[in-house]
Amino acid sequence: MSKNKGLIRKIHDALVSKKVSCFELTSWYLREIEKSDLNAFITVTKEQALESAKKVDEKINKNQEIGLLEGVPMSLKDNFSTKNILTTCASKILENYVPIYNATVYEILKNQGCILLGKNNQDQFAMGSSNETSYFGPVKNPHDKTKVPGGSSGGSCASVAAGLAAFAMGSDTGGSIRQPAAFCGIVGMKPTYGSISRYGIIPLASSLDQAGPLTLTVEDNSIIFDCLAVHDPKDETSCKLARKKTFDSLDSSIENLKIGIPTNCFEGSDKEVYNAVENAAKFYEKFGAKITYFAFPELDFSMPVYCVLGRAETASNMARFDGIRYGYKYKGEYSDVNDLMTKTRSEALGDEVKRRILVGSYVLNSGYYDSFYKKSLVAKNLITKKFAEKFEEFDILITPTSPTTAFGFNYAGDDPLKMQLADICVVNANIAGIPAISIPCGYDSNNLPIGMQIMSKCWSEDLLLRVAYKYEKENFFAKIIGGVQFEI
Amino acid sequence: MKYNLVCGFETHIELSTENKLFCPCKVKFGSEPNSNCCPVCIGAPGTLPVLNKQAVIYAIKMGLALNCKINLFSKMERKCYFYPDLAKAYQISQNDLPLCGPGFVELDSGKKIRINHIHIEEDAGKIKNESDGIYVDYNRAGVPLIEIVSEPDISSIEEAQEYIEKLQLTARYVRVSDARMQEGSIRCDVNISVKPENSDELGTRIEIKNMNSIAFIAKALKYEYERQVDILESGKKLVQETRRFNEQKNCTESMREKEDASDYGYFPDPDLSSICLEQEKIDEIKKNLPEMYYSRKKRYIKLGIPEKTANLLIKYVNVSDFFDLAIKNCKSPEKVANLIIGQIFSFLGSETEKESFGISILPKDLNYLVNLISDNKLNMASAKNLLSKALENNKNLKDLANKFVSESPKFDLKQVCCECVKNCPEAVKDYLSGKEKALQVIIGKVMAKTRGSADAVEAKNIIKNIIKEKK
Repeated sequence: MSKNKGLIRKIHDALVSKKVSCFELTSWYLREIEKSDLNAFITVTKEQALESAKKVDEKINKNQEIGLLEGVPMSLKDNFSTKNILTTCASKILENYVPIYNATVYEILKNQGCILLGKNNQDQFAMGSSNETSYFGPVKNPHDKTKVPGGSSGGSCASVAAGLAAFAMGSDTGGSIRQPAAFCGIVGMKPTYGSISRYGIIPLASSLDQAGPLTLTVEDNSIIFDCLAVHDPKDETSCKLARKKTFDSLDSSIENLKIGIPTNCFEGSDKEVYNAVENAAKFYEKFGAKITYFAFPELDFSMPVYCVLGRAETASNMARFDGIRYGYKYKGEYSDVNDLMTKTRSEALGDEVKRRILVGSYVLNSGYYDSFYKKSLVAKNLITKKFAEKFEEFDILITPTSPTTAFGFNYAGDDPLKMQLADICVVNANIAGIPAISIPCGYDSNNLPIGMQIMSKCWSEDLLLRVAYKYEKENFFAKIIGGVQFEI
Repeated sequence: MKYNLVCGFETHIELSTENKLFCPCKVKFGSEPNSNCCPVCIGAPGTLPVLNKQAVIYAIKMGLALNCKINLFSKMERKCYFYPDLAKAYQISQNDLPLCGPGFVELDSGKKIRINHIHIEEDAGKIKNESDGIYVDYNRAGVPLIEIVSEPDISSIEEAQEYIEKLQLTARYVRVSDARMQEGSIRCDVNISVKPENSDELGTRIEIKNMNSIAFIAKALKYEYERQVDILESGKKLVQETRRFNEQKNCTESMREKEDASDYGYFPDPDLSSICLEQEKIDEIKKNLPEMYYSRKKRYIKLGIPEKTANLLIKYVNVSDFFDLAIKNCKSPEKVANLIIGQIFSFLGSETEKESFGISILPKDLNYLVNLISDNKLNMASAKNLLSKALENNKNLKDLANKFVSESPKFDLKQVCCECVKNCPEAVKDYLSGKEKALQVIIGKVMAKTRGSADAVEAKNIIKNIIKEKK
């Protein structure tokens, strides 16, 4: 179809043509992970990976046909439940937690023959935008090791950008796929809420969480999405409709796009980011696209709505971590079960986690329920409705993914809200449930990647990926920094 | 001053669905601890609930049987609190919009106990104290429950008992639960207060948690009524609190001060969609509801069955179902009823066995037996014997009865009676002189001749007629 193949198809070709064996390929990745100082992995599943790789090789050597994803080495954010494999959520309280079942996402990828290299570092329980809240220490940005990779899927994004995995899976509650994808110069998509099963993903805020692929190219993203966007009877919120394969229409034309640019999402952006994204949007004009700038004042409510609804759900989702049945348990003396829970949680939950539990519990208290939770639900519905209106007018909306490029460690200091504001452009898609993708659209003067965010209406990932693909085809910015190199 | 008892119930009934409320685990009891659970019901991080539609249908059946409005739109909420038997640290329940709206239970007196609402929720695990530590068994976690919340309309211990019995009956008749108190498949929290006789104002409410026997409920109510009246009479005030019934000491004791609903941080469970129903579906469920105990009772009385017997028949749904099958084309339903509450009940013995009614006799065979009596081929005494024999030895009743009838001597009862009257002139003389008892001699002869297969009552009548005609 295209002149350039994505990384997954390149790997597939190399395996099928026996240019490289799956065992060799997997060993390369494992060696690169071992060598890396990015702190992108919490657990490396070396033995299982090599074992699975051998099985793929056996098939190839017998000249049996292998699937497109078979033998492709990948990694998962450490909040995907993996049977018999440590799943920590980058927290102390789950430092020794080994699940007894697989997340649906992992189950599907495993059945497709993907090779799991390991579990990626992340912000603790996915709470953070810089990967600094991890109990296992921050991840470094492969483009500049003095900068953060973004978060919360920081380890996954760094892995893909640094050639430590061919692709990775992340989760996105308020931008956790797209913001670090932008910081690391790769492609990250948060699909429509309900597209990919949430079963087995340790939740942050259940009504906003959505898993998505982190890849080097748009094509790769489309391949992974197609394979995962299926109904899961274990998840009531998973979409029952059969989805079109986005891959089939990836290279179709996109004549006369109507592009909307909500100006308030550009306010507060760095000049370099602003210009790069605006220029990227203008790229579509040569296909007859019409760009319209407009104010979208309702988006000002997205972050407060996110903070109230997200934290309320978080507080109740976090409540089960009490150290009694699994995970870290307080080692000192305790008087009774309540004392044990309190001491375990006080010691083993991080500050950001505690802050969100406090706020969440506060807004759910019946005395405040109406003025916070109920009001936020109303605002959420309003934002969703406004987006639907905008998508009658426009095919896609374009904004920067993040107002800045990757920042340094301890950027927010003692101001957690400042960190939260790194997600000001990405959080909207979670509130409205719509799909959104971040693709690289250039570099700033410090050679740090800039991300462009494209949003479209619910269930239109085919359009979203097509639009992103068109850009990538002529403006390819992603690069693998070290690690396993494939010529893209 | 005289005080009235004011009492309302929150009754939990376990639904006997095939699977748990949110996962495919089976609903069954008596399994090895923690052998009947999965990642979902032990609350493994990342798992998600999927609502069991059968449980919703069961709850709707119960709602309809209790005259409730069924809400076309309801939702599941999280009730957040910490307890070791609650793996997720929240219980999935309903708060704002429950499945069933207002309804009522009608007592025999005609008084209606209003039901505020019925909602669906999941059960928690069970804490077990063992000699070497405290354990949690999650087999029960996720078992579907309905909670039936009544208005404070109950004003005596007798009404309280009857209310619970009626809920049990209803659950069994619509076949959504075996509603056994001793096994915990029906449990009650009782709210009780007292108020001066002529006052409209409700007193301070005390909640007694987890009552699992009707006898204890009666004792607890009596104790609590007296305790509250004593406190008020002595001029003191009651504190709103939760108490438990101490079965050994026969009294209630304080557990904790009552939390408000607000402490539970209820909010809609984002993992579950709302329950949206169509009126047609509800109408269909309603149409297919089994006939309830009260209308069966009316029907039985119309068949000529005494009220006391009818009450015993409807007390157990399996008995009533059996009875209904056995009286099809039957000439004497009352005889069927008497054989059931006589021979069959005494064979079964315990309440539990009557409830499950696991007997080898087929209803149509009992029907056959009773029709043999009506056709004068068998007398009641023999029928009782045959039935008992069939029950005890697990034999086929119809075969037994046929064998008995075929082996009985063939005789014309009237002719046998004639002969015996002829052979007993002394007895006839005594009878005519007023000694009623003398007839027994002649009846004895008849029974001896027919080897006990004659109907003694009928024989007596025939003998009387013969003597009368002779005179």
